[in-house]
Amino acid sequence: MSGTLAFVPSLDVRGLAYAYPDGHQALFGVDLTVERGERVALLGPNGAGKTTLVLHLNGILTAGAGTVAVAGLPVAKANLAEIRRRVGIVFQDPDDQLFMPTVREDVAFGPAAAGMRGPELEAAVRTALERVGMAEFADRPPHHLSFGQRRRVAVATVLVMEPEILVLDEPSSNLDPASRRELADIVRSLDVTVLMVTHDLPYALELCPRSVVLSEGVIAADAPTGELLADRELMRRHRLELPFGFDPAAAPVTPVTTTRKPGDR
Amino acid sequence: MRKPSPYRLSESGPTMHVPDGFINAPVSVAAGVAAAAAVAVALRGASKELGGTSHAARHGGEKTAPLAGLVAAFVFAVQMLNFPVAAGTSGHLLGGALAAILVGPYTGVLVVSVVLLMQALLFADGGLTALGVNILLMGGVTVVVAYALFRTLVKVLPRRRSSVTAASFVAALVSVPAAAAAFTLLYAIGGTTDVPVGTVLAAMLGVHVLIGIGEALITAVTVGAVLAVRPDLVYGARDLAAPLKLRVGGALVDAPAREPEPASAPVHRHSTRRVWGVGAAAALVLAAFFSFYASASPDGLERVAADKGIDREVQDHGLADSPLADYGVAGIDDPRLSVGLAGAIGVAGTIALGTGVFTVVRRRRETPGHREQSDRQDRESV
Amino acid sequence: MGAGHAHRLYRQGDSAVHRLPPHCKLAAVFCFVLVVVCTPRTALWAFGAYALLLAAVAVTARVPIGFLLRRMLIEVPFVAFAFLMPFVVPGEQIQPLGFLPVSVSVPGLWDAWNVLAKATLGVAASVLLAATTELRALLLGLERLRLPPLLVQIATFMIRYGDVVTDEMRRMSVARRSRGFEASGPRHWAVLAKSAGALFIRSYERGERVHLAMLSRGYAGTMPVIDRVTASRAQWTAAAALPLAALLVCLLGWAL
Repeated sequence: MSGTLAFVPSLDVRGLAYAYPDGHQALFGVDLTVERGERVALLGPNGAGKTTLVLHLNGILTAGAGTVAVAGLPVAKANLAEIRRRVGIVFQDPDDQLFMPTVREDVAFGPAAAGMRGPELEAAVRTALERVGMAEFADRPPHHLSFGQRRRVAVATVLVMEPEILVLDEPSSNLDPASRRELADIVRSLDVTVLMVTHDLPYALELCPRSVVLSEGVIAADAPTGELLADRELMRRHRLELPFGFDPAAAPVTPVTTTRKPGDR
Repeated sequence: MRKPSPYRLSESGPTMHVPDGFINAPVSVAAGVAAAAAVAVALRGASKELGGTSHAARHGGEKTAPLAGLVAAFVFAVQMLNFPVAAGTSGHLLGGALAAILVGPYTGVLVVSVVLLMQALLFADGGLTALGVNILLMGGVTVVVAYALFRTLVKVLPRRRSSVTAASFVAALVSVPAAAAAFTLLYAIGGTTDVPVGTVLAAMLGVHVLIGIGEALITAVTVGAVLAVRPDLVYGARDLAAPLKLRVGGALVDAPAREPEPASAPVHRHSTRRVWGVGAAAALVLAAFFSFYASASPDGLERVAADKGIDREVQDHGLADSPLADYGVAGIDDPRLSVGLAGAIGVAGTIALGTGVFTVVRRRRETPGHREQSDRQDRESV
Repeated sequence: MGAGHAHRLYRQGDSAVHRLPPHCKLAAVFCFVLVVVCTPRTALWAFGAYALLLAAVAVTARVPIGFLLRRMLIEVPFVAFAFLMPFVVPGEQIQPLGFLPVSVSVPGLWDAWNVLAKATLGVAASVLLAATTELRALLLGLERLRLPPLLVQIATFMIRYGDVVTDEMRRMSVARRSRGFEASGPRHWAVLAKSAGALFIRSYERGERVHLAMLSRGYAGTMPVIDRVTASRAQWTAAAALPLAALLVCLLGWAL
């Protein structure tokens, strides 16, 4: 998986271990490399440590042992601001993510916190909203949007930072099928590295050529998504289940690229 | 969002929001200044209460705004939760005592103040000029009295969960009439009407003791409910909950006791200075209060005199023809007595307030359990 | 609340009053109410003049009087309280309804009038402010008037999440009722209060998650000020017209 590209990987996690202050250990040595431009699904049962891992990627939690590097920059106190710009996390509940009174201000929050102001800021906000098809909702309060729209805005709030890697926590949860497809189109159209934490295995198969399984605090499997989902024994061992009637072998593995051109930033 | 009915207040029973015109302008402005000072103190204290310091240093952020904001939204929402009393009437929670016990006195003051500010601006609920009065009474007196009483009781009572509930009950029960008594004091200084202070005090206390009983019941059960699920979130009882937690985590071996000590040591050193600062501030407020009180008394007499003039004018308009001879005597004698009474209550209240602030500051210490809990919660949401 | 509030209290419009910068309006309304409170109660005509001033603002803002009056019903419980005053204030007694053996005190009547007039004008002014100013603008105005930034932030979060928390509360109520629970008296309070406790936990935990989301986007303790409302001298002058006119009335009220 590594070494095929000459670039520095977008994400490089090595030997990451973490125990909560109460002594509960959640991660037991995670090794994970995500190359630039890759889309990887992070699968795993509840309580496997997925969110704990995600919170290490932008330094909200600090590794007990091991290292995390984003595009070569180690996650450490000194570079926290830059790390948080490079790692865009879209949390599961868009209401948590959209904390400002209007969509526009919310999207502007990140770059403004980094010091951007004026027309430059306005342009960045507009571009980010256009990329998720929400430009006409800029002045609406988030509460007036549908759930799917809110999640798209949540994606825009991190896209505006032009992150090195986009981390999506359960992106398809609570979405109706149309919103789910729209979000998939958006993710495919983006020219960024994507790490997608999900239980939605068909969605992982649709969007991510590669999947890793986090189980009991370590990466238990790392393979092309189609292969991984077809391995019944592995799936059963890690409490992963496909929806009834879904056959990973029958699904189109590489979906047709959509009309959105990649990288219209 | 409030129910669309514009009759919200009549639905929700009596409130204590003072409107414009009830307290005269000088006292309203003075109350505004005092309220601003209280909020300023609370702003400084709140970040520590919400685990801001060490956490912020570690993660470069401040938790106060989102947490207090969400708690304010909670208080706002819970004020709409109707508690049916009988025959179609219902009451609701005021929330001052609840906020103080759940998130601590400083954050409690901030939360209640923000709720009052927004209610005044968005609903015209409580006068704009009376905002200072309202914040001082409901943000200041209610929260501080409730918290001081709560902490004292929690210390005195046996270390049990039921004690926390009982302490919540008493704290809420007393805090509501305490605010009513404080209102009476403000009224005695700067009330614009001639309702005798004694009558105001009796009426306010009577009504608010009743409200206080309801408030106490609801607050106690609510605190009990939080305590049963997330004991770490009951700020006022954290030092009770933390050792319990550790014992459970440590496989039934009583290994705790160590943890809180080192954490509390530096804070303690820091807090002595704060105790002095708060003490000085309390003394200042007291002094200001009394001098103001003294200077305001003649105003009261002047007003009575003015009212006599008014009466004459009224008479000229032919509205009345009965003699106004003995009005002055009755009007002066009665208030004098009542003012004294209200003053005594006010002094007692202020001393309790000062002592409360002292107690709070002295008792405050950082508990590592708090942080663990929020981490654990993050993990559980995986 | 947030958006919901804006919906119900705010009246979309593009009048001169709507366009005034929020901090000018806040300052103007506050000064106006302060002046009203300072007015001697005997100057009956002054209160009439204030009412006319507010009516003029309402007309300029194209706020229908019916809307204004309906919003002012918030005052109703207080009105009931004021009506007690003539009965509890000692002093010269009169029988306004000669044939009924009901006597009220004259100073009590003046008190009731004084408090009612001032409170009503205060409520009307606040309602006009809320009706012509968007929530967001109100917060920006407060910020501009030097309210401590942390306080503005708390208010902003309260506004943003008021609806979210209220919706959660409503869902809990639906869940209770779906299971056949209908609160009808104090014996049901325990259940309601437990819901309140659960609501608190949810709100607090959401606050923690919001904080994480903020940290993830570079929050370091202060909110970046993106929108700064500004006011021209002309706008300040326009906003000052209301309190200045009121001040004139008030001074006349004292002089006459």
